[in-house]
Amino acid sequence: MWIALIAAGLVVWALKNLGYLVPPKFVEGALMTRVAGLVTVALLASLVVSQMLQTGMGVSLDARVPAVGVAAILLYFRAPFLVVLLAAGAVAAGLRFFSLMV
Amino acid sequence: MTDESQSARNRRARSQGVQVALAVSLYGISFGALAVALGFSVWQTMVLSLLMFSGASQFAFVGIIGTGGVAAAGAAIASAGLLGIRNGLYALRISPLVGPGFWKRALAGHLTVDESTAVAISQTDQESARHGFWTTALVLYVGWNLATLVGALAGDALGDVRTWGLDAVAAAAFLGLLWPRLVSKEPIAVAVAAAAVTVVLIPVVPAGIPVLAAAAVGIVLAIYRHRVAPPEPAPTDRGDS
Repeated sequence: MWIALIAAGLVVWALKNLGYLVPPKFVEGALMTRVAGLVTVALLASLVVSQMLQTGMGVSLDARVPAVGVAAILLYFRAPFLVVLLAAGAVAAGLRFFSLMV
Repeated sequence: MTDESQSARNRRARSQGVQVALAVSLYGISFGALAVALGFSVWQTMVLSLLMFSGASQFAFVGIIGTGGVAAAGAAIASAGLLGIRNGLYALRISPLVGPGFWKRALAGHLTVDESTAVAISQTDQESARHGFWTTALVLYVGWNLATLVGALAGDALGDVRTWGLDAVAAAAFLGLLWPRLVSKEPIAVAVAAAAVTVVLIPVVPAGIPVLAAAAVGIVLAIYRHRVAPPEPAPTDRGDS
């Protein structure tokens, strides 16, 4: 675990510093900007879905789904990040506490 | 442009930086609590914040290992790295501001993240941009790591992730990071495609792989869009987060 952790840390650190080492014209430009932007979007969207639905190697609809729904509504109304997180946690925890959903 | 208005602009950049950094630092609490709840030790959590220091990459790393275990470590490293690419691109914008000096550039490299870049590029001139960058960067680094420690210690006392809905908090955190990027049809379409690929792949491939497949979808769509849609004249950057 420690090895994976340090390795991931170093990879991200190296990428950050890489931008200071390479001459801008190699990577600057519309294509790289677009790839970096859209890869970020794709990864985050994928992480939302897997974190919301994945249970082991299957997909399940549980208390996480309404919690993320509430988070989306709050984000739409520009609620602060922390409020969104607390609300999502409260919805999931509440549904489980009252045994409405697993 | 007198000296006075320059120093006023510098001051404004610094105060903007402090505000953004303090607000964003608070998310470190949720990261610390989540990482510990997903099975990381307080020390491992702190190393992630100190060494990786990039919110989205950190959340991705602990999220993937939290659901896929150590078997998903490769995918976790790759995802964290892919999310780190944009920091490298930010560096291209920040590099001229930082100027020469090995240690200064190395430090700036480590601290070039969403928020420090956003504050820097939203300034009107080089000097105030430099003030904004360094203020945001240093306050955020200290704040983010202190907040991570607080969250990690609190998370240690919490116990089961699911009782407190922390698994839903993780999903909401990714949604919160994604939301400000959904500014036009293009990112929305990519997000929908990535989400669909993920749902389809989860039952058939090992944990962590669906996320990488989604990243591949992002790359392919970016190249495709680059071919069919003319590149925009100037990349638009958001202000503060």
